[in-house]
Amino acid sequence: MRRSANWLAHSVLILGALLFALPIWLAFCAATLDPAAIDRGELSLIPRLDHIGSFWDVLVHGGPGVPPVWRMLVVSFGMALAIAIGKIVISILSAFAVVFFRFPLRRTAFWAIFVTLMLPVEVRIIPTYAVMGDLHMIDTFPGLAVPLIASATATLLFRQTFAAIPDELVEAARMDGAGPLRFLKDILIPVSAANLAALFVILFVYGWNQYLWPLVVATSPNLDTIVIGIVKMIGIDTSTEWNKVMATAVIALIPPVAVVVSMQRWFVRGLTEGEK
Amino acid sequence: MERRTIFAGWKLPLLLVAPQLVLTFVFFYWPALVAAYESLTRTDAFGIHVVFVGLANFRDLFADPLYRAAILRTVEFCAAVTALSLGLGLVLAVAADRELRGRNLYRVLMIWPYAVAPAVSAVLWILLLNPQIGLVGRFLIAHGIRWDYALNGSQAMLMVVLASAWKQVSYNFIFVLAGLQSIPKAVIEAARMDGARGLYRFRTVVLPLLSPTLFFLVVVDLVYAAFDTFGTIWAMTQGGPAQATQTLVVKVYNDGVVNLDLGSSSAQSVVLMVGVVALTALQFRFLGRRSGT
Amino acid sequence: MKRRTLLAGAAAAPVAAAPVVKVLAAEPVKITWWHSMSGALGDQVARITRQFNAAHKDIELTSVFKGSYPDTLNASIAAWRAGKAPNVAQVFDVGTGTMLAAGPAVKQIWQLAKETGADIKPATYIPAVRGYYSLPDGRLASMPFNSSTAVMWYNKDAFKMAGLDPAKPPQTWPEVMQAARVLKAKWADPLNAEAKSAAAKSAAPAAKGSLIRYAVTTSWLTWIQFEEFSAIHNIPFASEDDGFKGLGAVLQCNSPAHVAQLQRFMAMQKEGTFKYGGRDSAPDPLFYTGVAAIGFGSSAGRGDIVRNAKFDFGEALMPWDPAVSKTPHNTFIGGASLWAMTAPHRTAAEYKAVAAFFQFLALPEQDAMWAQNSGYVPVTLAGDALSRKQGYYDKNPGTDVPIQSLLRSPVTPYTRGMRLGRLPEIRNILYEECELAFAGKKTAKQALDETVARGNVVLRAFQKSVGG
Repeated sequence: MRRSANWLAHSVLILGALLFALPIWLAFCAATLDPAAIDRGELSLIPRLDHIGSFWDVLVHGGPGVPPVWRMLVVSFGMALAIAIGKIVISILSAFAVVFFRFPLRRTAFWAIFVTLMLPVEVRIIPTYAVMGDLHMIDTFPGLAVPLIASATATLLFRQTFAAIPDELVEAARMDGAGPLRFLKDILIPVSAANLAALFVILFVYGWNQYLWPLVVATSPNLDTIVIGIVKMIGIDTSTEWNKVMATAVIALIPPVAVVVSMQRWFVRGLTEGEK
Repeated sequence: MERRTIFAGWKLPLLLVAPQLVLTFVFFYWPALVAAYESLTRTDAFGIHVVFVGLANFRDLFADPLYRAAILRTVEFCAAVTALSLGLGLVLAVAADRELRGRNLYRVLMIWPYAVAPAVSAVLWILLLNPQIGLVGRFLIAHGIRWDYALNGSQAMLMVVLASAWKQVSYNFIFVLAGLQSIPKAVIEAARMDGARGLYRFRTVVLPLLSPTLFFLVVVDLVYAAFDTFGTIWAMTQGGPAQATQTLVVKVYNDGVVNLDLGSSSAQSVVLMVGVVALTALQFRFLGRRSGT
Repeated sequence: MKRRTLLAGAAAAPVAAAPVVKVLAAEPVKITWWHSMSGALGDQVARITRQFNAAHKDIELTSVFKGSYPDTLNASIAAWRAGKAPNVAQVFDVGTGTMLAAGPAVKQIWQLAKETGADIKPATYIPAVRGYYSLPDGRLASMPFNSSTAVMWYNKDAFKMAGLDPAKPPQTWPEVMQAARVLKAKWADPLNAEAKSAAAKSAAPAAKGSLIRYAVTTSWLTWIQFEEFSAIHNIPFASEDDGFKGLGAVLQCNSPAHVAQLQRFMAMQKEGTFKYGGRDSAPDPLFYTGVAAIGFGSSAGRGDIVRNAKFDFGEALMPWDPAVSKTPHNTFIGGASLWAMTAPHRTAAEYKAVAAFFQFLALPEQDAMWAQNSGYVPVTLAGDALSRKQGYYDKNPGTDVPIQSLLRSPVTPYTRGMRLGRLPEIRNILYEECELAFAGKKTAKQALDETVARGNVVLRAFQKSVGG
């Protein structure tokens, strides 16, 4: 009885794992074909290992109309890091202020931030672009990252974490003569480490995968992120070199997947604790 | 929930919230105001002729049966993506909750698709489902199934739902699994002693205890489906065939960036913003009441 | 290289000291060109830029790839609004209406020639090319650059297998439909049966030869089968001479001739001889991978076909419907043209440099080289003549088909091209309605009537938005 249930669980999980892995494996195989083979319908589940050089090729030379992939990786990495770190920093500070101080307009400030909680960049893309034009930030690196740093999600998450910190801890810190900033640095941040890690993973992935905003705000090839690069390589006036597109897609997956998998433990714990 | 112990002073906290407030105002409120203003005007792409037209853009929008159809379509799309991704996440999490050999490996295998970019997942699914080049697509055609998402709207919808849901299963998996593990073993044991078995036990004991998590996931999934799937849809179908896969966000982009119809696009942005803020307030009320008790 | 950047830095820094810079006359005038030419076409743009700079020591031209056509147009508009427009922007054919309504944002070619004294004569350019980018009175608005037209590609091997004469491609639509039936019966069906039995034997589809074949497909359904179709039969696609005479144009693409055209494709679809493969150039691979024996497409697709097709192919003139017009008329062009854009503080020297660049592009040897290397047609009469003299057309049979198509008849008010605002959106509407018709949800008449109704709303909105 129990054993058969375990078998069922195993098969469900294996099926799920295959369902997740199949598209990626297919992309890997596609990257090893010759450029027009996919158009000819010659895709199969067996990679041509003698053509594996396409990965190196796109990494160093890029594809039609896009810079070398290593360059785009750098831009993506810079953007994802800037967004993740920027968001975490300003959110910690504002959550700290809202939870541990009483100051004029505290509620107003909190609500002003909170109302924007679910207002994704997609909704405000056209006006945000206009604003960026006024600020002369179109086609610049800060223009890529800064508008995405503003978001209420992280603030709310830290607010909940901070609110759960026992009053006794704060009291004790004050007895020791620790000022607010000291308290933040020595106590608050270490206790929220798991949430911080989880948030970092979420925000890094969020930043890495941005598509619409970079597409609209940056047109210079120097600012192509790897996600934009993939879409740009799918040719409009000339045929698509699918092997290069797929090689780039597989490479693009590696950094965020690595971050998620390597920080898996903290990620899951931080996420689920924060939710409680 | 108000804290008793606080630090004194008001200058420091103001300084601390300032960066967040400044960014919020510059990148949320200012654009929102610009959108609100532009939604009341009619202008050409270059901004040379600007005419104030009052609420005409909104009137046109709601008078347009295609816009009303897009609203309905977005609701259906969101519901389908949420049901599919949450359902699969639940099944996989229940399976992974057991004491199995290789448990940790399974978890890694379930979690990683969370990191896949929407646009990339679209490309991957094209490789599977394209009727000419896709592995599954060709298989269907060869076996006499008329698979053609360039013309068949329902099939195109099915395709974007699959690709969008695929990516979100991981997220649901993580949360449901954590929710399952936080259910005290004693409760399950007690139910078992009472003779409750298998599915029945799951439905009457586990599911109710899981419901807060599930509610949270429904909201997250709906927001994901409504906004974060733009990259997937745009890369796969660009909203076609006809308008079969055009959701509201795809339409905002299409009208603003491709058709250069700034007035209507801004009006659509305003409508979406009002909708989202209302949803947020609703959720906050609900959550607030829950944590209050 | 290093010296050049140093000099450039020196030029950029002392903005206030402009007179000083003028004294150092050796400083090159810097102009930028935003374009959408990727891949091999991008290499040609780089070559042109290099050669132009070598020929003009006093000018420094920089070319920048700005993404797809809509991306480049958007970037140019946004940059103009921010006061940073490029000197030259490449804008696709369907953006012409938008650019013409852009007033102070652009300097039309005739204006540029007048102000700079540059000798730019419209008569240099092939009539069917310049017509698209001219004002109704013949003055040139933008500079013709990469131009292609609609042609019919066909698979000679498939024709042979079906017992059709590969030297005699069908010339009229009834002939196309007849050939399609023969191709289906004697080429597509036997090959498909073979593929199906192979697929039935193994669980997974066989790696090779498992593509399902169709007789006919078309890329650019809206451009080729409706806009060019109108020109070929000398009937209007929209009133006001396809919009050339004014902003008040209304769509007329629901005439009996247009309805018959859509019905023709629906009938072929029903017979199993036509495959709708998606919008714009998405169906291109269907032809060069051997899935479809006849593929209507842009003449600029030649490079891809040469590179990818594993069969003998032919390039032929577009068919016509003798029931609508006794003889076929010329087709017009697609592609893109170059626009001179304005910006605050832009100097006369910069406009002069832009004019010099445009004149450089029109040199017969430049034009011929660009056409031969890119797959686009020459845009000047002299460039075409030079290509002919060099024996390019003889060595590459079929490459003069696009030129023949453009010169098939004298240009009439209905064969100049389209001059409609927000044409990309109108094309999408036409795509949507045709897709509904192909999906069996609408009749041809319903679909085109709806296209006209929806398209006219867009045209009126555009007219109002530009203050017309």
